[in-house]
Amino acid sequence: MTVITLAAALALLLAGAVGAAGIRSSPAALRLGAVTGVVACTLGLGASAVWLLDGTEITWRMAWSPPINELSIGIDALSAFFLLCIFGVGGLAMLYAAGYFAAGEHERALGPAIAWLQILITAMAVVVLARDVIVFLVAWEAMFLSSYFLVTFEAHDERVRAAGFTYLVASHISVVLLFGLFGLLVRHAGGVQFAAFAAAPPVGPVAAVCFVVALAGFGIKAGLWPLHGWLPEAHPAAPSPVSALMSGVMIKMGIYGLLRTLTFLGPPPIAWGIAVLALGGVSALAGVLLALAQHELKRLLAYHSVENIGIIALGIGIGLLGKATHAPAVAVAGFGGALLHTLNHGLFKGLLFQAAGAVLHTTGSRDIDVQGGLLRRMPATGALFLIGAIAISGLPPLNGFVSEWLIYVGAFRQAVLTAPREVATAAVMVVPLLALVGGLAAACFAKVVGVVFLGEPRSPQSAEAHEVAGPMRISMVLGAAACVVIGVAPLAALQLVVGPATFLAGAGAPPAAFAPAALRTMSLIALLLGASIAVLILGRRLLLRRREVRAAITWDCGYVTPTPRMQYTAASFAEPVLDPFLPLFHACTHRTPVEGLFPRRAAYNVHLEDPGEAAVRWTLATAIAPLTRVRALQRGPVQLYLLYVLVTLLLLLVWQVRT
Amino acid sequence: MSSVADFLLSALIVVGLYMVATSRLAACVRASAVQGIILGALPLTLEWTSGFHPPSVHVALLALGAFGIKAVVIPRLLLRSIREAGVRREVEPMTSLHVSILGAALLVALAFWLASTMALPFPVASRLLVPAAMANVLLGFFLVVARRQAITQVVGYLVLENGVFVFGLGLAAQQPIVVELSVLLDVLVGVFVMGIAINHISQTFDHMDTRALASLRE
Amino acid sequence: MKLAIDTAAYASLLLGLPPLLLGIIARVKAFVGGRSGPPLLQPYRDVLRLLRKGAVYSRTTTWVFRAAPVVALAATLAAGCLLPLRAGGAPLAFEGDLVLFAYLLGLGRFLTMCAALDTGSSFEGMGASREAAFSALAEAALFLVLVTLVVATRQLSLSTIFTALAGASGANPALWLAAAALAAVLLAENARIPIDDPATHLELTMIHEVMVLDHCGPDLALIEYAGALKLFVTSVLVVGVVSPAALGHPVAVAIGTMVVAVATGLVESTMARLRLPRVKQFLIGSTALAAVALAAELLVRGPA
Repeated sequence: MTVITLAAALALLLAGAVGAAGIRSSPAALRLGAVTGVVACTLGLGASAVWLLDGTEITWRMAWSPPINELSIGIDALSAFFLLCIFGVGGLAMLYAAGYFAAGEHERALGPAIAWLQILITAMAVVVLARDVIVFLVAWEAMFLSSYFLVTFEAHDERVRAAGFTYLVASHISVVLLFGLFGLLVRHAGGVQFAAFAAAPPVGPVAAVCFVVALAGFGIKAGLWPLHGWLPEAHPAAPSPVSALMSGVMIKMGIYGLLRTLTFLGPPPIAWGIAVLALGGVSALAGVLLALAQHELKRLLAYHSVENIGIIALGIGIGLLGKATHAPAVAVAGFGGALLHTLNHGLFKGLLFQAAGAVLHTTGSRDIDVQGGLLRRMPATGALFLIGAIAISGLPPLNGFVSEWLIYVGAFRQAVLTAPREVATAAVMVVPLLALVGGLAAACFAKVVGVVFLGEPRSPQSAEAHEVAGPMRISMVLGAAACVVIGVAPLAALQLVVGPATFLAGAGAPPAAFAPAALRTMSLIALLLGASIAVLILGRRLLLRRREVRAAITWDCGYVTPTPRMQYTAASFAEPVLDPFLPLFHACTHRTPVEGLFPRRAAYNVHLEDPGEAAVRWTLATAIAPLTRVRALQRGPVQLYLLYVLVTLLLLLVWQVRT
Repeated sequence: MSSVADFLLSALIVVGLYMVATSRLAACVRASAVQGIILGALPLTLEWTSGFHPPSVHVALLALGAFGIKAVVIPRLLLRSIREAGVRREVEPMTSLHVSILGAALLVALAFWLASTMALPFPVASRLLVPAAMANVLLGFFLVVARRQAITQVVGYLVLENGVFVFGLGLAAQQPIVVELSVLLDVLVGVFVMGIAINHISQTFDHMDTRALASLRE
Repeated sequence: MKLAIDTAAYASLLLGLPPLLLGIIARVKAFVGGRSGPPLLQPYRDVLRLLRKGAVYSRTTTWVFRAAPVVALAATLAAGCLLPLRAGGAPLAFEGDLVLFAYLLGLGRFLTMCAALDTGSSFEGMGASREAAFSALAEAALFLVLVTLVVATRQLSLSTIFTALAGASGANPALWLAAAALAAVLLAENARIPIDDPATHLELTMIHEVMVLDHCGPDLALIEYAGALKLFVTSVLVVGVVSPAALGHPVAVAIGTMVVAVATGLVESTMARLRLPRVKQFLIGSTALAAVALAAELLVRGPA
């Protein structure tokens, strides 16, 4: 039953894509695409949720012509969970896209954009369902191509084209690494089926090489530091619904690939867990620090995606440590936290990007420092952004807290067990790191919420902003509602994670490892919080009923004419927070200091350069520089190039005949 | 009946040589139409090598499709392009005509040598199949490399595809029909792309000399 | 019946004691300064007086400004419910509740920062920015201390940690270092000297005070009370690390927290508030201290 629903969902998506691409009129294409997309994603969401609660592993095989012989796709706990993420966030993104594209003025036809969105969602679903290398790689390429066309939707802008090119290069490097990985695995296992890989896992140095290549290849896609350089370029360049989908789900395909590869590689040694922990920790810290220094809203959110992928990697690292030390309670908590954070991040990052898109749409600017006071003009968007900000900072009682708590519990459990010293040390270091990252993230989002939505408008555009309505608002409300539900009722949400986490941790995890009692208490505390807030608000209202309540201006310490530009700016807010960490980055600070009693002009501008990204770029440049000598072959006439092909062909034929 | 197949395959090679020899564009295109007719008949005759019997639907469709596309549709499109562009002759080919014919003959000999040393692991309907296929591939390459006019290059590409098609026929027992369909589709796509390229070349440069493409480099 | 008495004692301790701690600190500071100082029960009178007043709201502010004091107080109350103030442990204890404890305080802080930026005033923005910087560093130190406790006792809940600490025999030097770091975190979280001066009147030198500059009336009462509650809650942690046996009896807890209040008063009287760059060094230093405590715990005791 679930299988049929899934197949129907995918077929509907493809049909919608073809239809939307074919229709000439943009509004009709949008409507068709949105309706088919949302319906299909709802079907898929329901099917995967039902499967997660009670489903059996299935694989379908399909005969194909030689040399491939057989294609297979299948569904298991890991696939079903990622399908849940894909269809959930994808459905919300399609709903938002319908509103966003309809509301804006775009020169290009919108039918192809919606079609590419649907193809992207289908491709991601097929990646997750793939059970052999060919299907996986074809779907991976399809995913990359469709997202590339979506990123370069506004190709008239020079920056967008440059960002698209960066994305192209990064994705292709990742695909080359994946080819290397699968080449190694196929050679070892003797077949291209995933089942063959799992049945004959490589050991020793081969396994280590596979792990490193997988980490690099999938890490580029996921956005792990230092391979994240394309993320802050590509995500802001794409239109907002696409950014929401890419940040929300597509980078999780890298996480999926890494997890799937781990199931092929047999029992992990301790070093792997520590390596993933280290990478995750550095990503999280670097991501949040770089985010603090951004003044462009979507770029800031993109760096937060790097941070959250780091947190997910921390969870995976804890899980691997648990597996390596045969501690199922630890492994289950670590993997469970990582998986739940994947879903949570998709939800709240999608919400944040959608709200950012709404802001961009009404004010026409992405710069934080020209916004201000938007909560009055856009009450719904502002409130929903605040919910997303609280969720992404990992504060209770929303969903971000639940997944981070689970990772903390995994680290704590590992720390109290008898284990080799480096394991205990690594697990113990996770805790303050995660706390620091959480504190910095809260600081960053207090900055964003405060500067963009609160206070006075800093420019005429933000004073003229208006609220968005229709599908955009509905998708944001749904996303926020999901965040609240998972936060307030984590036990119900964790039912979806139990299956995949147990699958990843290997057999032997007791059900108590998911701490159902703790989750129930958390729900109770959330209710208690809500109740006390309600009581206090009621009490205050009663108290003030008989008292005088009046409005006045903000306390201005005697300044007679404060202007909105005197408000605290984002860079000023972030400066003390970043200050202890500035030596880690190459920081360019531009300061025009304040002079005299009545200063006329003063400015402060900080720009952080990411050392990881700089290192990667330098490596690529020096590696490619000697290769540019090949340019001598490029003389111009087409015939010459074809002559090269002919000569090579003849040489190959002759060589083949000789041997 | 293998003699009919042999005759057709040798006719294929001869027509290919003629295409290299001529300098008139319309003649080149008509020769490719003749190749199309031959290729339409080939699947049927290959079937009949073991005796005369009515062809299966699959083979008949294949023959019909090959004939339709290669002998009718594509040559017609090309002739129309020639008429609209107003070109008559190949202007200064890269290699002089004598050298072209010699080179082509050499390539055909090479094809025969390769075919003799690379035996297929299973029996084919005709001894000339593999050599003819290889010869067409090499001749097609030669046409693309050694000619300036875009239309001749398109024809060369078609000859190349014909060679691949003949290969496919030889392996038809081993491979399902999907391969043949993909080959036909390939030709169609290639022609459309080339057609667009020719269109744009003539519009942008006012002529169809591919020397202007040489400015596309860094 | 026992349960009812128990719960009543717990509730009265949690709800009734905190303002007294503020009064004790003020009295100690005055005493050291050679003055007689305000009465011990003055903070109670302040809160009640503020509750009786009307309110003035700035036209720039939105519902976030009105929501922040409420949420901050509710979050601190919920964090208080996780503390083991009686023999049976906290009423709402669970595995990993120390994380929730810290993050609930963080929720209150987040909304207070947003409310500060809501006023559109650069003073409050400045306070919020400094608060953000210092609290991030203090969080790291707090969690280092918490994980030291977890490793030392092999327990994952606040209630069970302190019970295990009480039952442990022999002195643990790592815990003394942890207690010192925790004291520094207490000073940072509650905006006491040397990190912030709660008695200053200069906006440019305030951190916590300036964030709530625009609140008045019942909102200010809620904020003052929440501040007292936060002081109480963090003091309980310090009492728990220094003398864990006290956490079983409400009276002992009350006495312990009052001792901590006196100590805070003494520290405030004898030190001056640090310059802002020095505050960061102070906090990083306490983080390092907590890290040393953790390392001592890990390496000396070992994973036995």
